[in-house]
Amino acid sequence: MRIAVASGKGGTGKTTVAVSLALSLTTDGAPAGGARYPPLLIDCDVEAPDAHLFLRPTIEKTAAASVLVPAVDESRCTLCGLCADVCEYNALAVLGDEVLLFPELCHGCGSCSLVCPEGAISEGPRVVGRLEAGHAGELRFARGVLNVGEPMPVPVIRQLKAWARPQPGQLSLLDAPPGTSCPMVEVVRDADFVLLVTEPTPFGLHDLELAVEVVRELGLAAGVVINRDGIGDQGVDDLCASEDLPILLRIPFDRSVAEALARGETLIDVWPEYRDRLRELARGVTERVLVAGHG
Amino acid sequence: MPQYKSDEPRQLVILSGKGGTGKTAVAAAFAHLAHAGPSAIPAVMVDADVDAANLELVLGPEVVERHDFTGGSVARIDPERCSGCAVCEDVCRFAAIQVAAEGGAYRVDPVACEGCATCYHQCPDEAIRMEPQLAGRWFRSRSRYGPLFHARLYPAQENSGKLVSLAKQQARRAAGAEGYPLLIVDGPPGIACPAIAAASGADLALIVGEPSVAGVHDLERALEMTAHFQLRSLVCVNKADLNREGVEKIERSCGARNVELIGCIPFDDAVTGAMVQGQPVTAHQPDSPAGHALAALWHRLTDFLDGRPAAASSDATYPERS
Repeated sequence: MRIAVASGKGGTGKTTVAVSLALSLTTDGAPAGGARYPPLLIDCDVEAPDAHLFLRPTIEKTAAASVLVPAVDESRCTLCGLCADVCEYNALAVLGDEVLLFPELCHGCGSCSLVCPEGAISEGPRVVGRLEAGHAGELRFARGVLNVGEPMPVPVIRQLKAWARPQPGQLSLLDAPPGTSCPMVEVVRDADFVLLVTEPTPFGLHDLELAVEVVRELGLAAGVVINRDGIGDQGVDDLCASEDLPILLRIPFDRSVAEALARGETLIDVWPEYRDRLRELARGVTERVLVAGHG
Repeated sequence: MPQYKSDEPRQLVILSGKGGTGKTAVAAAFAHLAHAGPSAIPAVMVDADVDAANLELVLGPEVVERHDFTGGSVARIDPERCSGCAVCEDVCRFAAIQVAAEGGAYRVDPVACEGCATCYHQCPDEAIRMEPQLAGRWFRSRSRYGPLFHARLYPAQENSGKLVSLAKQQARRAAGAEGYPLLIVDGPPGIACPAIAAASGADLALIVGEPSVAGVHDLERALEMTAHFQLRSLVCVNKADLNREGVEKIERSCGARNVELIGCIPFDDAVTGAMVQGQPVTAHQPDSPAGHALAALWHRLTDFLDGRPAAASSDATYPERS
């Protein structure tokens, strides 16, 4: 079972919720609600990966994340330009008597090597990021890190999800990047449930509406966590009521908690009673998924 | 020393790395402070966070123009022509093509489709066409504080960087034509495609950090990104009083990179209060601690925008189609 933790707006507390939820599920190894604990936490926010700062995991293995990019054998190339014609990303151009490659534009689709009538194009990996996996206590942990200056996070996310496999039946928790475009979609699209973390402010509301549109379009089950409850206004509550979105947890705003989280503590560190509340949340979500699966 | 052409507006981009550090609250305050008062500089605003655009919520824009944005294409298979040969499935590297449950025709998952057109070129039955996607809209608006260019990427669409570039290009054109000397770009979080697009062509970046462990980490990623593209950067710290140690870390990090930390904004309920009222905090509660800090920050920033040239212009080139 996969639960993705997402939001439209950044900084609403996705990582706080994902990390604290994962830690709340470490002490009980028995399958509960159909998902085996302790879970695998995958930090999929490859542009700004932060979960390790709270978990301080031991990294046991790493791998490169790469995109396959073309290389042109000049001795065979006739400068026909077909490769550049089929490239939807303008990563290849024939200029004068050479084929120019703009590797950071290449999505690695392989179309150029397939169309080249001379067989002059081979492909090789270009590293755009790295993958890491290990443990934080009982918790399994994995993350992807996009290299600075690289424009495309999606290949790193895609490879991370394929590389960091949960054990059979193991619950995986995916910490998504903010926004509602391709990186966020790549994380949530095959999730069994999406936890949307928001804050009760006009910005939080506006971006939650967009995130809800995404999960509706993808046909995913979702519920809401309201963080910093008590600041702002009623808009998020009203939206959840009209959209029939369950509010699964409210985390009240408290300045001393904000300070503790800023120092790198988790919800469970500052409010031990949240261990039970988060376990309850996980149980509720897994039951919803099972009911939906059987219904 | 670089000279500015009078018809080329300077570009200030506000970035953060981590989401939710307060970029938009800062940008809204700058829109207000740039519009009138002792440190006014006529500015065109751009909301470059096209998948969660919030600046419009606090600037009260009246939309003057609306335009469709066509993003990439998605493959579609004509089941009448598809012979079920599976070439498309074999060549697709994005696992976007599967055989339909019944019968032999294949179908494309539009969400997984990368728009690369490999299947289109390889299909022996010419059964595939590429359909351009209406991926969003961009708007030219009149706000309380001057022109605003903003955009909306439709949910789950790609090409956010391209839409950012488009909105910025339109804003730059308008600023040049109407004699605005400054473009203020409210950037998206992160360090990849839309953030690079927002930073591309900027003269100066202001990176809004927060002193949390995550905030410090992501601020450093953002500084690495702007350094990579040789974009001159300044830093300010929002919610600075939440973690003194974090501010010290940011000070050290800025010092090591020769980047100036030009201001701290305290945690202040007035910021949320102003947002609820649909206003910049400097307009709603100018005498609040955050209001004062933002006014001081803007004043400091105008030194970099006005008197001193904002260093060499960035060479960041934005990959058009990522």
